[in-house]
Amino acid sequence: MDIIVCIKQVPETTEVRINPETNTLIREGVKSIINPFDMYAIEEGVRLKEKFGGKVTVVTMGPPQAEAALREAISMGADDGVLVCDRAFAGSDTWATSYTLSGVIRKIGKFDLIICGKQASDGDTAQVGPGISAHLNIPQVTYVKKVEEVQEKSMRVERMMEEGYEIIETPLPALLTVVKEINEPRLPSLKGMMRAKSAKIAVLTQKELNLDPQSIGLCGSPTQVVKIFTPAQRTGGQILKGEIPEIASQLVDLVKNEVN
Amino acid sequence: MDYLLTDEQKMIRELSRKIAEEKIRPVAAKYDQTEDFPWDVIKVIAESDLFGLFIPEECGGMGVGVLNLCLATEELSRACGGIAVCYAATALGTFPIVLFGNDEQKKKYLPEIASGKKVAAFGITEPEAGSDASGIKTTARKEGNYYVLNGLKHFITNGGDAEVYTVIAMTDKTKGARGASAFIVEKGTPGFTFGKKEEKLGIRASSTRELVFTDCKIPKENLLSKEGMGFIVTMRTFDMSRPGVAAQALGIAQGALDVAVKYAKERVQFGKPISSFQGIQWMLADMATQIEAARGLVYACAREIDAGVKDVAKDSAMAKLYASDVAMKVSTDAVQILGGYGYMKDYPAEKYMRDAKITQIYEGTNQIQRNIIALQLIKEMAK
Repeated sequence: MDIIVCIKQVPETTEVRINPETNTLIREGVKSIINPFDMYAIEEGVRLKEKFGGKVTVVTMGPPQAEAALREAISMGADDGVLVCDRAFAGSDTWATSYTLSGVIRKIGKFDLIICGKQASDGDTAQVGPGISAHLNIPQVTYVKKVEEVQEKSMRVERMMEEGYEIIETPLPALLTVVKEINEPRLPSLKGMMRAKSAKIAVLTQKELNLDPQSIGLCGSPTQVVKIFTPAQRTGGQILKGEIPEIASQLVDLVKNEVN
Repeated sequence: MDYLLTDEQKMIRELSRKIAEEKIRPVAAKYDQTEDFPWDVIKVIAESDLFGLFIPEECGGMGVGVLNLCLATEELSRACGGIAVCYAATALGTFPIVLFGNDEQKKKYLPEIASGKKVAAFGITEPEAGSDASGIKTTARKEGNYYVLNGLKHFITNGGDAEVYTVIAMTDKTKGARGASAFIVEKGTPGFTFGKKEEKLGIRASSTRELVFTDCKIPKENLLSKEGMGFIVTMRTFDMSRPGVAAQALGIAQGALDVAVKYAKERVQFGKPISSFQGIQWMLADMATQIEAARGLVYACAREIDAGVKDVAKDSAMAKLYASDVAMKVSTDAVQILGGYGYMKDYPAEKYMRDAKITQIYEGTNQIQRNIIALQLIKEMAK
């Protein structure tokens, strides 16, 4: 089973600071890590490989230092890393990113499964995974919490819902996005770390990929960030006290006042 | 201080620290309380390849490196000296096979230890043979293709949980120390049972039990080296493993200092953090300096062994003696800095103090280490 795992390097913090002028993330001075949700994607890819054979290729788009994320994935058991790195891709929104990654995956060629984390901890959009599947025209199953069964041309998975879960059977190749309930990511092994240190990371630029220049980077990104803010926390409600008839009439008054 | 470690050594340290912080620290207090064997952590350590650090590559390991082993042990001990010793005691039980095993013995036992499938233990101590190892009463009588073991070993770390034991027994009592031999005994061999599990002051995550041999028949192929080599096997094993105990002590000391510095910065008295008081600052400075001195000694000794220097008994004894005395002192001072909180189990300081004590006692008490050092000094002077 040949698996491609798409990962993203993100700042190691949940309190992302935003540059108020450009509306982009401030990355300076913050340590970068693999997006925590992508760790589950890597782990699941490696587990499927260990069970069914094949190989795991990890792909990331980002600046040259994102290579560290690929090496970390290799130390956990992935086989190869592909870094998609070119100034031409800078400023990509989720549309341009998923278009670019789909081009990379076409270039890689043969695969049975693509796995992504459910979303990145910095942007929180959860759009790139589904976007890739749309660009490649393959089925997608999001929020997967368990792989139940894998056949040669299909797989059955459990998809997490707000209440309960769905069991979905999908033909392969397909794209899954996974939630943290799916597994517990392993720590790297010493042999893995040594392999990762000497592994050759393939670097792909626009030159090799030859993608539509109008669909990549900033000019290929239809998203316009007008404003970024943290929504104000909801204040606690009002608790009415007393006997039930009393509370009922208080409630009616409150609703009346609200309507007026 | 920069010890000019190789990239591989830095990797070992980084990985061990990650395991310690993510997998050991959160469960250290639990295992300290329950005294259960920490199988879940041992599994993580096994999957990380750290059990391969004391096993040759041709037997599935990462190659034997005492400094590598020390780095791993130190980092694991920083989070829990008890869990770390389950790991280090496996190294102790394995060294006799690595050093003296023949090809068949190595092939049979080492790959499964390297992969972490089996934990090992070393059995020499008996109720009447502690520092004076010549008092060993356990016997191994040769009968045809077998040796028959009878006797009792006690205070055996990993006892009961380990699968592979190297055991020292007398094959010829009339020859004294030269009548001892080393054997590999597998758990489950008829006649090999376990006595009571000891309740301990510290390192409570590690198991300590009696090994009971009652007409226990083991194949003659399980003899390590030759008959009469038991004490040489033991001495050579201890020379390799003593820096490991020193590294355990070092990790405990460092862990205690970490706790003390963090607390001193947070604890406010007389309107200021107590870290701003010179009395506390000087204590912390002394603790840090002693730890660094111990680290220098331990790493230097480990490097010496890795480089193949022959007579390391004195240096190895110095490293173990000094690092363990530092661990006891630093962890006691850490409790003092935490004051009343230091004495309470809700805070981690007291556990370091309890865990530190054993490092002054086992694998040769510090008094025996001083004997070794002094004897060597006198010998050198006589040359």
